[in-house]
Amino acid sequence: MITLTHYLVLSGILFSIGIVGVLRRKNLLMLFFSTEILLNAVNIGFAAVSKYYGDLSGQIFSFFIIAIAASEVAVGLGLLVLWYKRSGTIDLDSLQMMKG
Amino acid sequence: MFEVIAFYMFSILVIGMFLIVVFSKNALYSMSALAGGMIFISGFFFLLDADFLGVVQIIVYTGAIMAVYAFGMMFFDTTRDVKENIRFKKIIYGLSILSAIFLIFILLAPVYSGKIEALYPSIQGVGNIQMIGLILFTKYLVPFELAAIMLLAAMISGIVLVKIKMEETPTDIEVARGEK
Amino acid sequence: MEKYLYVALFAPLVGSLFSLLFTAQKKNVITALVTSGLLLLSFVSSLSLMYAVHSDMIIHVKMMDWISAGNLNLPFGFVVDNVSVVMMVTVTLVSSIVNIYSMGYMMHDKGYNRFFTYISAFVFSMLILVMSDNFIGLFIGWEGVGLCSYLLIGFWYEKDTASWAGNEAFIMNRVADLGMLMGLFLIYWQFGSFEYDVVFAHIGGINPAVVTTIGLLLFIGAMGKSAQFPFHTWLADAMEGPTPVSALIHAATMVTAGVYLIIRASALFSLVPEVGHVIATLGAFVAVFAASMALVNRDLKRIIAYSTLSQLGYMFVAAGLGAYWIALFHLMTHAFFKSLLFLGAGNIMHAMDDELDIKKMGGLFNAMPYTAILMAVASVALCGIYPFAGYFSKDMILAAAFNGGNYYIWAALFIGAGMTAFYSFRLIMMVFFGDKVYKKLGFHPHETYPFVLWTLLPLGILSTIAGFFEHPFEEFTTRLLSKYDFSFSHTTEIGLIFLTLTFVILVVLATIYKYGRGGFSKQIETMPLYILLKNQYFIPKIYETMIFRPYYVLSRFAWKQIDVRIIDFTVDLIAKILYLLGQRSRKMQSGNLSDMLRWMVVGIVVLLALAIFYRPGM
Repeated sequence: MITLTHYLVLSGILFSIGIVGVLRRKNLLMLFFSTEILLNAVNIGFAAVSKYYGDLSGQIFSFFIIAIAASEVAVGLGLLVLWYKRSGTIDLDSLQMMKG
Repeated sequence: MFEVIAFYMFSILVIGMFLIVVFSKNALYSMSALAGGMIFISGFFFLLDADFLGVVQIIVYTGAIMAVYAFGMMFFDTTRDVKENIRFKKIIYGLSILSAIFLIFILLAPVYSGKIEALYPSIQGVGNIQMIGLILFTKYLVPFELAAIMLLAAMISGIVLVKIKMEETPTDIEVARGEK
Repeated sequence: MEKYLYVALFAPLVGSLFSLLFTAQKKNVITALVTSGLLLLSFVSSLSLMYAVHSDMIIHVKMMDWISAGNLNLPFGFVVDNVSVVMMVTVTLVSSIVNIYSMGYMMHDKGYNRFFTYISAFVFSMLILVMSDNFIGLFIGWEGVGLCSYLLIGFWYEKDTASWAGNEAFIMNRVADLGMLMGLFLIYWQFGSFEYDVVFAHIGGINPAVVTTIGLLLFIGAMGKSAQFPFHTWLADAMEGPTPVSALIHAATMVTAGVYLIIRASALFSLVPEVGHVIATLGAFVAVFAASMALVNRDLKRIIAYSTLSQLGYMFVAAGLGAYWIALFHLMTHAFFKSLLFLGAGNIMHAMDDELDIKKMGGLFNAMPYTAILMAVASVALCGIYPFAGYFSKDMILAAAFNGGNYYIWAALFIGAGMTAFYSFRLIMMVFFGDKVYKKLGFHPHETYPFVLWTLLPLGILSTIAGFFEHPFEEFTTRLLSKYDFSFSHTTEIGLIFLTLTFVILVVLATIYKYGRGGFSKQIETMPLYILLKNQYFIPKIYETMIFRPYYVLSRFAWKQIDVRIIDFTVDLIAKILYLLGQRSRKMQSGNLSDMLRWMVVGIVVLLALAIFYRPGM
C-alpha cells in the first residue's frame, strides 16, 4: 500500500536532486532546469497531501505553481538570451558584476 | 497492487531522468531528460486522482515550457559546453546530502493527521475537474486572475527582452529614442 | 467652575506652545502680546475662582487617571481651595505684570520670543505645583519650575557666568530634591497614596518618628527650592538671569514654593512641633545671615537677592511656628513689593547699560523720578513701616515668634528687621541720591518706557494697601489652615509693635542721615567683619574646597580609570569584534551567483535543522 509518506519522501528526494543541480551546475540553462525540478518536487508533495487529506487546496496550489513556473521561464529565458547576446556565454561565473 | 507497481516504476523513472538532467554534460540531453521526467510526474498526478493537474502538467510543462526551452536553446551555442570547474565539491555534496537527510527526516516524522481538517473536501460523485473549477472560480478567483495578469506580463516581457537587438545595450536604445 | 480652573491652568501652556513656534525666528511682538493676554486670562480666571472659593466652594477635579500600574494608582487631579487660590492669584498677577514689563525690558534682546516661551512655561509649571491635589503633581510642578528657572538663569547662555549660575541652581536643587523625593517615597510607603486628602486623613495613625522623618525630608526639599542655608548660594548667583526673571521666579513665586510646601503639608507639620522648631530656627538664622550679607554688597541685584533670602527666612519662621496663614500672607505681600523692587532695579539697569555696581550710581532721582518713587515705596514696604504691606505681615511674624516664647528667634528677627531697614535705604540712598558718580563714568540714564511704568503701578498700589486685607485674608485662609491665637495681652502687642516700628524707623533715619552725608569712610572696608560679610562668610570658597574639588578629583578618577579603561574599552572591543567580523564576512559577497546559491542552501539547511532540533517549550 502506498501511503502519503511514500510520496513525501519521493518529493524530498527529487527536491534534493534539484538542490544538487542548483549547486553543481555552472550552466545558467541548467540552473533553470534544476529550478523546474525543485518546483515539480513540491508539486508532487502538494498533490499527495491533497489526495490523502481530501482537500483540493493542494491541487490549486500546484496549479498556481505551474503558472508561476511558466512565467518564470518566459522572463528568465528572455533575460538569459539577452545576457548571451551581450556576453556570448551562459557561464554562471561570468555574472560577477555585483562583486562587493 | 497496480498502484504500488506504478508508483515504484514512476519513481525510479523520474529519479533517473532528473539525475540525468543534473549530471549530464550535454544540455540537449538534459533537456530531453527533463521533458521525460515531466511526463512521468504527470503519472503520479493521475495516480493521485488529480486528473486535471496531470493534464495541465503535460500540456504546460512538456508542451509549453519545454518548447520554450527548446526554442531558447536555439539562441545558444549548445555544442560549446560550459566549463564546469566546480570548486568545493565536498561542500556541495555535503550540503545536498545534509538537506536531503533533514527533509526526509521531517517528512518521515509522523504527521498529525487528526489535527488537519479539509478546507475543501472533495465531494463524492463530482468529478475532479468539476471540483477544481468550482473552487478556482469561487474562493481562488482573485489569485487566479492575478496569475492570468502575471502570465500576460511575463509573455510581454519575454518578447521585449528577446527582441532587443544584439549590438545595442539598453542604454543605447534609450539614447536612440531620445529619452536621455 | 471647572472650566475656569482649566482655563487658569492651561492658558499659560497654550501661550508657551504658541511662542515656542517662533523661537527660531526674529523678534516678533505677537509672542509677547499673546502670552501676556493668556496670562491675564489666567489671572482673571484665578480671580473668579477666588470669588467662588470665597463663597465656600472648593473645586476639586480629577482630570484623568495618570498612572495605573499594579498597586500604584495615580490620578491626576487639581484642587482649588483657600490656600492654592491665593497662590494662583499671586502667581498669575505677578507673572502677568512681569510679562508685560518684559516687553519693554527685553525689547532689544535677540532671545525675545524664547524668553516669553520660558516665562509662560514657568507659570504653567508653577500652577501645576500649586493646584495639584497630590504630592506627585506637586513634584512635577516642582521640577518644572526648576527647569524653567535653569533655562532662564542661563538665558544668556553665551555668558560663562550665566550658564555656570544656571548649572549651580539646577544641581543644588537636585541635591535638595533628593531629600524631597525620599520624603515622597516614605509617604507612599506609609500611606499607599500620594493624595493630600488620603495622606492627611491617616496622618494620626502613623508612628511619630516616621512623621518627623517625612517632615524633615520634605523640609530639605523646601530648603533647596527656597534657597535656605546651606543651599543658599545659588539664589545670589541666579541674578545672572534677566531681571524680570529675578523678579518673577527668584523673588515672587518659585522660591516661595518651599514655604508653600510647608503650608500645604501643615497637617503633617503641625503634628511634629520639633520639626517646626527646626524650621523656625533655621529661618531665623537665614533671616539674619542673609541680611548681614546684604549690608555690604555693592551689586544692586544681589542686595535684593539677599533680601529675598532673608524674607524667606521670615516666612519659614512663621510656617515653622504653626502660623501658616501669616506665612502665606507674608508670602503674598512679599511677592508684591519684592517683584516691584526687582523690576525697579531692572529699570535702573536699563538706564545704566546693565551696570550693577551701586557705587557707580548715585543721584539718579532726577533722571528717573518715577522709578525712584516706586522703589522707595517697595523699600518702605520691605522694611515694614506702617501703613505699607510689609508692616502687617512682618510684625505678625515677630509677634508670633514672641508669642511662642522663642525669644531668641524674636531677637534674631528683630535684628534682621533693623538690617533690612539699613540695606534697603542704603540702596535707595546710594542709587538715587548723593553724588552723581555716573556722570563721571559717562552714563546717560533716562526713564524707561511709560507703559512699563504703568505696569508697575498695580504692584506699587498693592505694596501700599495689601496690608489692610489682613483680617479678610485671615478669615479666608483659616477656613482651611489652622488658626493661630496670640496668647499675650493687647498691651504687650502694642508695645511690641511700637518697639519694632521705632527701631526700624530709627535705623531708616540714621541710614538716610549717614548716606546723605556721604556714607561711611573707606576705612570700614578693611575691618575683618566687613571682609567676612563681603566674601559671603567665605561659604562659596568653603564649598569650592570642601565639595567641588574632591568631587572634581573623584570625577576625574571615574573618567580616567573607570570610563576610559573599562567602559570605553568594552564598547571599543564590541566595535572591533564587529569590524573584524565584517572584514572576514566580506568574502561572502563575491558577486558570484553560485556562491550565493551555496549560501542560500546553507540557510535552508540551518532552517531545517532548527525545525527538527529546536523545540521551544519542550
